[in-house]
Amino acid sequence: MSTVLLHALAHARTGDKGNRSSIGLVAFDPADWPLLVEQVTVERVAALFATRRPTRVARYLLPRLHALNFVIDDVLDGGVNSSLNLDTHGKSLSSLLLTLAIERNHSQETR
Amino acid sequence: MASSPVLRIGCGAGFSGDRWDAAVPVVRTLVRAGGPAVLMFETLAERTLALAQLQRRRDPDAGWEPSLERFLRPVLADCVAAGIPIVGNFGAANPRGAAACIQQLAAALGLPPLRIAVVEGDDLLESLAPQRLHDLMPPAIAGKALVSANVYLGAREIAGALRGGAQVVVTGRVADPSLALGPMLAHFGWAMDDWDRLAAGTMAGHLLECGAQVAGGYFADPGVKDVPDLAHVGFPIVEMHADGRFVVTKAAGTGGCVDRRTVTEQLLYELHDPAAYLTPDVVADITRAELHEDGRDRIAVRGIRGHARPPTLKATLCHEGGWLGEGEISYAGPNAAARAKLAGEIVRERLRSQGLGHLRVRCDLVGVSSVFADDDGRWNDAHALPDAPDVRLRVAAASEQRADVELLTREVLALYTCGPAGGGGVRTALTPRLGSASCFLPREWLAPRWGFVA
Repeated sequence: MSTVLLHALAHARTGDKGNRSSIGLVAFDPADWPLLVEQVTVERVAALFATRRPTRVARYLLPRLHALNFVIDDVLDGGVNSSLNLDTHGKSLSSLLLTLAIERNHSQETR
Repeated sequence: MASSPVLRIGCGAGFSGDRWDAAVPVVRTLVRAGGPAVLMFETLAERTLALAQLQRRRDPDAGWEPSLERFLRPVLADCVAAGIPIVGNFGAANPRGAAACIQQLAAALGLPPLRIAVVEGDDLLESLAPQRLHDLMPPAIAGKALVSANVYLGAREIAGALRGGAQVVVTGRVADPSLALGPMLAHFGWAMDDWDRLAAGTMAGHLLECGAQVAGGYFADPGVKDVPDLAHVGFPIVEMHADGRFVVTKAAGTGGCVDRRTVTEQLLYELHDPAAYLTPDVVADITRAELHEDGRDRIAVRGIRGHARPPTLKATLCHEGGWLGEGEISYAGPNAAARAKLAGEIVRERLRSQGLGHLRVRCDLVGVSSVFADDDGRWNDAHALPDAPDVRLRVAAASEQRADVELLTREVLALYTCGPAGGGGVRTALTPRLGSASCFLPREWLAPRWGFVA
């Protein structure tokens, strides 16, 4: 077993609408998509964003695109017009998602 | 436009702040390709329209995209000569004002008068009775002074204007993808309930609407996701077929890249449920969408499905939102983070002791912790923050009262002499804010229309 950052296995982009953040997560290698589905769970994403007090985290699977889409409600301190954050849109939150640790077994490492 | 197997739609801008010269290689590519083509500009974010409405209040002739002339000057003559219509939401709060500007630009370029159409009916401050508008306001913004109220119109009026022979179509608020779907409706004659094709056209517009973001912009991550010649990133072009299949590519001779990765990121951008992307024209479903490589910088998209359009339309209401005050100061070298943190605590205490303890004051230690943190500081409390050799303190607060946040900026300035050791480089800013909220209203309340302007 070994641990890698999600950043090594997938890329991501954040969008925002009001106080809701959405993050598309895409596997570099389609063969890693099941690993993302297994480990980048609603619970782990909610925990990662816990200090922003999400009221709901939804996860949508897109197997044909080797992607997952996360919709995280009420985490932008009111959104682009009322947040005090430098990054009022929460654009940087895709990079926060990519800090998740992913466990791989030997066969997955050598792929 | 005569029916042709392929309609090309190029994007010249993906937001108001976009590069002024981006459209030039797009138009060059469209002209060389021959065949029917349209150039679209998307320059109207939520907040941009409210700002435009404020400008129009001060000057009845203003209120349209401030960079309009800079966007169009390099490409207008070539588009007119090649018969490439231009469609843009650069009308903002005053489409007729934008049309007048474009007509003046055409004259200055030695072009004959253009057939310019405007799309109107999105402005609810003009079209709805005050009581009806009042009733629409969500409870959270009840009693606020509205600056703008605009509904997202669809593609139908744009298509009508193009069928009527418009060389330029100026809109205010329309759904961004409708800027691309309108020309497709006009060209292919798709029925307004041909949901699968409308959805394909909508998602093609979705991929175009943010300009470079589908073509290598907003994507590079050195050593991980490298993008060639990002300084000259190309803007995208869609080649749409009559049956709804399409290819995404970009302007020839430009930097950037169009591949499965860039297209997938942008396909999901700002989507919520991928089975139900709601627009005024259709509900699009990308759950069975497939991407295929079709040569260098070419991705073919298939499998997008559509469902009947929603019965209601979305509107964005913007209101005056008080003031944002910000102040920054730098600390570097040994113990820099501790000195920056102390400076932030001093500003908090000064505001509290002067009767502003109720203000939510945000302190960022840029270089240690900033954008991942929340406004209430819970992130910073939950994480061990390391020292760093070069830290910038940023203090921010918002208030209905300008004087409150002005005091914040004064207190950051005073850190020069009254704060911790070695602070330097103070910058402060006071910014008026706009708040916003969304609501939905029945289509029957609206009368969207298009017409030529003299």
